[in-house]
Amino acid sequence: MRASLFLGCTVPVRNLNYEVSARKVAAALGLELVDNPEYGCCGYPLKAVDQETALAVAARALAQAGRSGLPLVALCSACAGTLMEAAHVLEHDPERLAQVQERLAPLGLAYRPGVKVRHFARFLLEEVGIERIREKVVRPLTEFTFAPHYGCHFLKPGQLSRGFDDPENPTSLARLIEASGARSLDYHALKDCCGGGVLGADEDLAGRLAGGKLIELTRAGVTAMVVICPFCNVMFEGQQKAVAKKLEADIKVPVVYLTQVLGLAMGMSPDELGFKMNRVKAKELLAAFK
Amino acid sequence: MRLNDCDPEFKHEIAATPGGAGIKACFACAGCSARCPVGGQRPDYDPRRIIRLALMGAREQVLASPLIWLCSSCYTCQEVCPQGVNFTEVLTAIKNLAAKAGQAPPSSKVIARQLAAHGRLLEVGEFENEKRAELGLPPVGECPGDYQAILGRSDAGEGEAA
Repeated sequence: MRASLFLGCTVPVRNLNYEVSARKVAAALGLELVDNPEYGCCGYPLKAVDQETALAVAARALAQAGRSGLPLVALCSACAGTLMEAAHVLEHDPERLAQVQERLAPLGLAYRPGVKVRHFARFLLEEVGIERIREKVVRPLTEFTFAPHYGCHFLKPGQLSRGFDDPENPTSLARLIEASGARSLDYHALKDCCGGGVLGADEDLAGRLAGGKLIELTRAGVTAMVVICPFCNVMFEGQQKAVAKKLEADIKVPVVYLTQVLGLAMGMSPDELGFKMNRVKAKELLAAFK
Repeated sequence: MRLNDCDPEFKHEIAATPGGAGIKACFACAGCSARCPVGGQRPDYDPRRIIRLALMGAREQVLASPLIWLCSSCYTCQEVCPQGVNFTEVLTAIKNLAAKAGQAPPSSKVIARQLAAHGRLLEVGEFENEKRAELGLPPVGECPGDYQAILGRSDAGEGEAA
């Protein structure tokens, strides 16, 4: 099985632990991730001010993926959401499609319908399958409890995740966590937004949005929170100390990527999975792998 | 607010912008406001209020409001709306109109400039690729030319991008 890997802006520069672990897990599952060094930004950061330009930028990536004939797989939820939505718009709105084609033509590119876009986690569930993941587990993580953080763009707008998962009652990440043998926590703030979307506009607000979940999970005492998006990671791990200070709250929640959890269960070492780059150390978890 | 100052065309303009079509279906139930996580922290941010102001035609008040840039685009409002208003997308339409009217926040120009210079939000130079190589990761490239061509006529950078 092969897929074209879309890295986006943040993962290949700031979240190398996510990228390294995703590549290792993919290889172990027999999924070949094909690189394209020409991929750049997905267009999401432009959407608020100019959605037509954002759409053209997204279409550039879709046109490049189309050339490869492979499904496009993204590690970032904002990239996956933006590119899925763009494919949806371009397949249903001939007028906007025509405008986009005009803007791609000078680049020698054209959008052709039929490019399948998936977030890596969704691709694992839908294409690789939970059974295959379970078969590869050699070190079940039975003694650990993880709190899934779905984030917003993984499942919403719901129109794009219909038939896969329900944004109001999500289970997909829990199923992936449980495939590792670990327990997945159902908790009050499960569906809360990380706040990353407003970090640039209002840092105080962003921190408050992240804080509720961090406070609840500190009290719950989970092994770690499991994320699948670099922006969620910025809020929950990168901003964790600042949020604790701002809210004058006792906060300590290790944050790991889903692919790091799956990798451990598949017998890979914490070093191979980039755990050294995690800033809030999952001490309880790492102690078991010394 | 004086009714005479209102622009009855405003709602049609929003509805004609991609994503904005749902605004006229709002029957003001406030489901969006009840579930909005931003509103939970900042009561002055109220999706229903933004919709009502837009429907009444308070063009200036809406487009110049710093509040429209506080949406975290979590889509919660969109999922709970019984009328299919799709407020997250409606607000994107409103923000696009605000940007066209010269009201985009300064950060949007920084973003456009960065994309025009690197094709990415974060620069990838030798240092980044060396760090990647140490971890056995393949190099990533930059294609700023493609982005300059696409951004050339964008409202995001007002020409500065190219």
